[in-house]
Amino acid sequence: MTSNWEPRIIAFCCNYCAYAAADLAGSKRMQYPANVRIIHSPCTGKIEMEHILEAFEKGIDGILVAGCLEGGCHFLEGNLRARKRTDRIRAMLDEIGVGAERLLMVNLSAAMAPTFVERVNQIVEKVRALGPSPLHSSKQMESVGMP
Amino acid sequence: MIVASPKPITELKNLIARHGKVLFVGCGTCVTVCLAGGEREVGIAAYAIRMARKIEGKPLELTQIAIERQCENEFIKDLAEPAAKAEAIVSFGCGAGVQAIAERFPGKPVYPGLNTQFLGILEEQAVWTEKCLGCGDCMLAEFGGICPVTRCAKRMLNGPCGGSTETHCEVDADRPCAWQLIYTRLKGIGQLDRLDEIVPPKDWSTSWHAGARKIVRQEHRV
Repeated sequence: MTSNWEPRIIAFCCNYCAYAAADLAGSKRMQYPANVRIIHSPCTGKIEMEHILEAFEKGIDGILVAGCLEGGCHFLEGNLRARKRTDRIRAMLDEIGVGAERLLMVNLSAAMAPTFVERVNQIVEKVRALGPSPLHSSKQMESVGMP
Repeated sequence: MIVASPKPITELKNLIARHGKVLFVGCGTCVTVCLAGGEREVGIAAYAIRMARKIEGKPLELTQIAIERQCENEFIKDLAEPAAKAEAIVSFGCGAGVQAIAERFPGKPVYPGLNTQFLGILEEQAVWTEKCLGCGDCMLAEFGGICPVTRCAKRMLNGPCGGSTETHCEVDADRPCAWQLIYTRLKGIGQLDRLDEIVPPKDWSTSWHAGARKIVRQEHRV
């Protein structure tokens, strides 16, 4: 690990809650680490296991999946399905040696900008403590456009 | 359909530990429907194995493909080219698929990627139950279309046993009592009189106990 290493995190954000919460955080001038790249998703239920696994294989250090509060999904149960899928991937990440802690799923509403910021800080700090992904390779990260 | 379940990632990784170039083969029939060995499940297993091997410092060159049916040579021949480039093959088909591929490629190690479970049906999303044992002598007509050979824990042909409750099996409280189901079904179709007849001991010679079975139907031979 180099001394200036910074974790790279992807946040899959649901259009109806987390994405709006991130937007609101921006409007409110709230600060959160620049380590996070947001991917706008129509619903966390649309995030397939392959999307998350592909990101880890390419060397991402951590992933945040942010969906609506339970019972509040625009598509009724997309966030509940996302929870089951992330639980499965977390078990898989532990088994293969990447570590379940690198994947976090949170539930929030569009108005919960402070919670979004708090959760982003939480995963950045967690991953910073864990160190780079064991699959990290700077060459790979350049090829997918990460600094 | 044949129902199978994926092997744990660690077991799969250990199976191919000695190889550097491996071909993962999915099957587009039963195991795709039971979400165990289709194109998508093979893809997910491939991600996991590639990552695990990279972390171990032994990167794996992995090719993945899914064919329509692994249990037929007609479809297996599509594997000739990718199989030639691989040191080993992992079949995500049922046990029949694994063996069909192994027969087709005698010089290639072929490993199972799934645990083949049973002949069953989809009850609801991601829930499968066993319905048929493949005993070779179907008695469903006598039991209103519910198989006690498969679904009764004691395989009773003249049930129910003394331990069954009103609805469930004494061996597994979550499993419906096959004989309760038979009674309800026969009552529904007006054939309760079938229960008056004592069913004689089953002829098990048609089952697998004497080894693998073979069927030859002359009328379809060419």
